[in-house]
Amino acid sequence: MSDDRLDGLSVRDVRVSFDGFTAVDGVSLEVPAGDIRFLIGPNGAGKTTLVDAITGLVRATGSVCFGDQELLGRPVHRISRLGIGRTFQTSTIFEELSVVQNLDIAAGARRSWATLARRRRGIPDEVAAALETVGLTGRADQLAGTLAHGQKQWLEIGMLLVQDARLLLLDEPVAGMSHEERDATGALLETVSRDRTVVVIEHDMDFLRRFARSVTVLHAGKVLSEGTVAQVQADPRVQEVYLGHPVDAGPVPSGLEA
Amino acid sequence: MTAVTPAPPSTAGAPAPADIAPGSRSGGRSRLRAAAGFAFGAALLFAVAPLALSDFRLALLAKYLCVAMVAVGIGIAWGRGGMLTLGQGVFFGLGGYAMAMHLKLADAGPGGMPDFMQLYGQLDELPVWWRPFASPWFALPATVLLPMAVAFGLGSLVFRRRVRGAYFAILSQALAAAMVILLIGQQGTTGGTNGLTDIQGFFGYDLDDPVNQRMVYFIIAGVLLALLALARQLIHSRYGELLVAVRDSEERVRFLGYDPASVKLVAYVVAAGMAGLAGALFVPAVGIISPALIGIVPSIEFVIGVAVGGRATLLGPVLGAVAVAWARTALSERFPGTWTYLQGLLFVVVVAFLPGGLASLWALARRRDAGPEQSRRGWPAPARRRASRAEAHR
Ligand SMILES: Nc1ncnc2c1ncn2[C@@H]1O[C@H](COP(=O)(O)OP(=O)(O)OP(=O)(O)O)[C@@H](O)[C@H]1O
Ligand SMILES: [Mg+2]
Repeated sequence: MSDDRLDGLSVRDVRVSFDGFTAVDGVSLEVPAGDIRFLIGPNGAGKTTLVDAITGLVRATGSVCFGDQELLGRPVHRISRLGIGRTFQTSTIFEELSVVQNLDIAAGARRSWATLARRRRGIPDEVAAALETVGLTGRADQLAGTLAHGQKQWLEIGMLLVQDARLLLLDEPVAGMSHEERDATGALLETVSRDRTVVVIEHDMDFLRRFARSVTVLHAGKVLSEGTVAQVQADPRVQEVYLGHPVDAGPVPSGLEA
Repeated sequence: MTAVTPAPPSTAGAPAPADIAPGSRSGGRSRLRAAAGFAFGAALLFAVAPLALSDFRLALLAKYLCVAMVAVGIGIAWGRGGMLTLGQGVFFGLGGYAMAMHLKLADAGPGGMPDFMQLYGQLDELPVWWRPFASPWFALPATVLLPMAVAFGLGSLVFRRRVRGAYFAILSQALAAAMVILLIGQQGTTGGTNGLTDIQGFFGYDLDDPVNQRMVYFIIAGVLLALLALARQLIHSRYGELLVAVRDSEERVRFLGYDPASVKLVAYVVAAGMAGLAGALFVPAVGIISPALIGIVPSIEFVIGVAVGGRATLLGPVLGAVAVAWARTALSERFPGTWTYLQGLLFVVVVAFLPGGLASLWALARRRDAGPEQSRRGWPAPARRRASRAEAHR
């Protein structure tokens, strides 16, 4: 099935406009294989739109390569089959299906029609492994809609694991989580990044300081700063944007006054 | 924690409460229950009904069971797949006409022509496209494969372009209307408004003979049970789970690497095949197929039965279809003219207040028995905020 090669993500001069409004304005960034890259920036900076562009949801110009594969211009499901998985700001699990059914569907994009026509017997190995990794083994048969908020997010990550995603793009995975849940999620990211590349959009600075390996700051559709957590925090331009100094007063995002 | 939120009115086919059995359901027990259910159904259809009903009533039941076959397919496409198929009359008609053409040719004998052709068409030889239907080896498979092929062609065009919800429903309706216009316009070769009538024989059996009518009834009952078994297999397969996932969040499925268009296409084609088979069996049961039986109104009636019974369940569509068809006969005998309004009212009431159909009442009662921990089950409220925002820009 998948090759175990670790690939990096390379975004070059990506631009996305909506009816004349440019939401992503020439972004370039390199995420090395195995990195945990945090993508931060004020509301409306274009973080989600950039991920939309990478995953084929919106049309973009420029180039996005994962390993040696160009992603731009391919339909969503083909990009997914190249090993790109994403989550959304809002939970998008199948609430009417059980946890196992959710994972089983995520595992199945490469299944033949003959397999699809048959009933699932027991729990496939990769599904069991993902249940274990995201800590939902005890909830396997529960309807996904009845999971707690944090568990839904973990299920989403579990779905990316069984999907064999080698690049994980997570849009605000810890929003609304308790402290314990955040810790668990951070640990999960570290486990997962051993053989995958991870990009996390996040507003939570405390979470960022603890788990980011590198950070890119977006502002008004452009890369404002990039580097380690310490470098980015020391960057005066970042402080301007985040503390709302007069220079280019972006909106002050809540919870970011770090 | 999760609240029970009402379904967002996102599409014309607002999500129905899926009655999907979660993985915990022990496979063995449910299979036993299903087998018992089928045995019960078979006993009802093959023993009780023929003994209890007069020939006349049994013939009516045969007709209703054909409608129920269409309903099984709609249950899959609409109940499970979220495609509001308001034009199943097209596929019912294709199957019906294919069968009727064959039977007409068989009635006319080798080298003969159906009576109406000389009458309206002043034709002196059989049109080319009628000829293959003389052979049962062509006509019988065609009753199923022709509708499936048309559904495949249409579905491939439509689902890839992400036509769905009300647009899809309207498109299916338009197709039914177009087919009726075509049939009426080509009176010389199709029988026009009258349709293909006065069918005498069914593969050598005289359809006027009550014994043979019974045989037709038994065939119909057997086919319906077989279709139910097929539908059950489909619903419980991995594909069935995937179909529900596509219904509830098409975008999400796309991000998992599937092409939702082909997932929907399969359900649509299967439903079309079932409708075609139903149309084919309707012809010997009733002795006629005509545009009035396959147009917009009958297409809507197919859906009403499914909605009333419960579109997302296996048996709901069948029971609903039979009940509505029966009510139609009973009421329109007594109060001619009011049935149409009553039916419309019924549809609105069910869709507005009981989106899961009567089956959801049954499920509710069962869950109450099962205890509180099983009763927490809301309508699906799929998170498609993000996806729909992006879609607005396509
Ligand atoms: N489909 C769209 N149509 C029009 N404008 C859009 C669309 N998607 C995004 N935008 C605009 O593009 C800009 C960037 O939005 P985006 O969602 O990428 O921001 P974000 O960085 O993810 O913000 P947040 O932190 O609030 O999630 C915003 O001004 C937004 O209004
Ligand atoms: Mg965002």
